[in-house]
Amino acid sequence: MSAECVLETRGLEKRFGGVVAISSVDFNLKQRELRCLIGPNGAGKSTFFKMLTAQIKPTTGQILFEGVEITKAQPHQVSQLGIGIKNQVPDVFNNLTVRENISVAARSRHGKARAAAIASEVTERLGLTGLVGRLVGELAHGQRQWVELAMVVALEPKLILLDEPAAGMTADETNRTAELIREVNKTAAIVVVEHDMQFIKQIAHTVTVFHQGRVLVEDTMENIQGNELVREIYLGKADDD
Amino acid sequence: MTAACNGTGGIVAAVIIGLALLVVVPLVVDPIFLIELTSYVILAILALSLGLIWGYGGILCFGQSAFFGIGAYAYAIAVINMGDSTIPLILSIVVPALFAALLGYFLFYARITDVYFGVITLTVTLILYKLMGTTSGSAYTIGNAAIGGYNGIPAIPPLNLPGSPTTFLSLDGLFYAAGLTLLAVYVGLRLMLKSRFGQVVVAIRENERRAELLGYDARFYKLAAFTIGGGIAGLAGCLFANWGMFISPDVFGLAQSAQVIIWVIVGGTGTLLGPIVGCFLVQWIATQLGTQQVLNANLVLGTILIGFVLLVPKGITPTVLDLIERTCQRRSYAKPLVEKRSVS
Ligand SMILES: Nc1ncnc2c1ncn2[C@@H]1O[C@H](COP(=O)(O)OP(=O)(O)OP(=O)(O)O)[C@@H](O)[C@H]1O
Ligand SMILES: [Mg+2]
Repeated sequence: MSAECVLETRGLEKRFGGVVAISSVDFNLKQRELRCLIGPNGAGKSTFFKMLTAQIKPTTGQILFEGVEITKAQPHQVSQLGIGIKNQVPDVFNNLTVRENISVAARSRHGKARAAAIASEVTERLGLTGLVGRLVGELAHGQRQWVELAMVVALEPKLILLDEPAAGMTADETNRTAELIREVNKTAAIVVVEHDMQFIKQIAHTVTVFHQGRVLVEDTMENIQGNELVREIYLGKADDD
Repeated sequence: MTAACNGTGGIVAAVIIGLALLVVVPLVVDPIFLIELTSYVILAILALSLGLIWGYGGILCFGQSAFFGIGAYAYAIAVINMGDSTIPLILSIVVPALFAALLGYFLFYARITDVYFGVITLTVTLILYKLMGTTSGSAYTIGNAAIGGYNGIPAIPPLNLPGSPTTFLSLDGLFYAAGLTLLAVYVGLRLMLKSRFGQVVVAIRENERRAELLGYDARFYKLAAFTIGGGIAGLAGCLFANWGMFISPDVFGLAQSAQVIIWVIVGGTGTLLGPIVGCFLVQWIATQLGTQQVLNANLVLGTILIGFVLLVPKGITPTVLDLIERTCQRRSYAKPLVEKRSVS
């Protein structure tokens, strides 16, 4: 594989009993690439992300991060190597304050002083400064998503996986998320799962379409929008919702 | 957590109050009651150890008294053989800590769920109860120490001044030693919980998966907290063996295991003060009930526990702290606050 590949999967597959959630996925991502992953409900997008971060074990296949096989790694090892993920459901420390949430994330990579600097920088960048003393469990859904984003950014990962980062956000918040993604993309590769087509248009260069656990097509956003097959299985459906 | 008692100021205040109590209490209470009180102080150290691993680590251990008992036995057997109590004291911490590390290693690294963890730790305690019970007779001696089966080990030599095996700790002295130990453990844990290690342990309790996705090996942190808790419980066991100069397999019994959990429930999880308050209160009530014949003591204790679970589910200390916090805020904003904090 090429030196500039950050992530590669080979024949990745996940079965839940009889359900084939992911099947023979060969996925490639370049350093500092920004990729969108779309597909109808149940296409296997979240399952794919969870395998990449060792939250679930693949049935067969391989995952390589910067050329190193991580298929059998533990979640904390994957994180230490430099993969950060925002899960689909807000995944935060509800009974801790915003400040504590972000500081625990920053401390995982750095000493006290450096971590404090990163934490305050990230807090400001994500507009959470006014909320630092609040318990995360008390915040609105959109704000908790921001806290989780802040935690992921504070890890300074080389690869960031975002599972529906704009879900439940207002139009304004969605725009800010898109802006943040473009900014973070200067230093990290990012894969974004989203259903919101407007949002994807704002950020996407290349789009991968999942369907029934397989990669259906992979192309530029323009071509994807013109693709009959994709329209049929996904965009057409999305318009009906 | 309540902001008011979180900072370094809170720790300093705790030390001052603790030392003051240590000086004043022996002057004002009846000497017989002081002996009783000494046992509460010792048991409060055991309660603190469960308060740490359950309240902060989220680890539901039904067998905390196992480490307490192992610490007591380790001290008793070693001090009978050695004479000088310095190494036995260290062993009373190290042996149960190692036992906790070994047990914890298998359970945490197998990623056993909470309920099974509770069941297994309780089972281990009960196995120890049976095992120690079978050790009567001359075949079961370690050096000069006869383990004694269900009869236990009597006449355990008390602690002496390190390096001076003839300067023994008096029963009065034990009150001060236990009080200082409780204070030291309390302050040590407060500082630990403020450190990176403590923050991570709490984060894992809150959301283990998220903590792992941030790069922390939850298994390791839980094991470390569990091991520390085992060591503290063992130290309490050593003091307990000093207090009664006697130890028997009863420390591994169901009643003892349940008692520790009751202290923490009544006092409240998620604070360090809670388990101490709970232990003092429950032990005091139990003693009072023991002096009368009208009501069955266990029945009353059971009723109190059920009452607490239903009426004060957070336990005394968190509830009182919440009340204080709310009255303060109400005063400053002059409007009622809606309680929205989610309970873990
Ligand atoms: N733990 C599980 N056990 C059994 N089946 C599962 C499990 N997790 C996911 N699945 C199944 O795997 C398939 C893929 O699910 P997944 O959540 O990955 O889809 P998705 O593309 O993220 O969908 P959405 O857009 O709704 O989030 C679905 O059929 C789902 O029911
Ligand atoms: Mg999903």
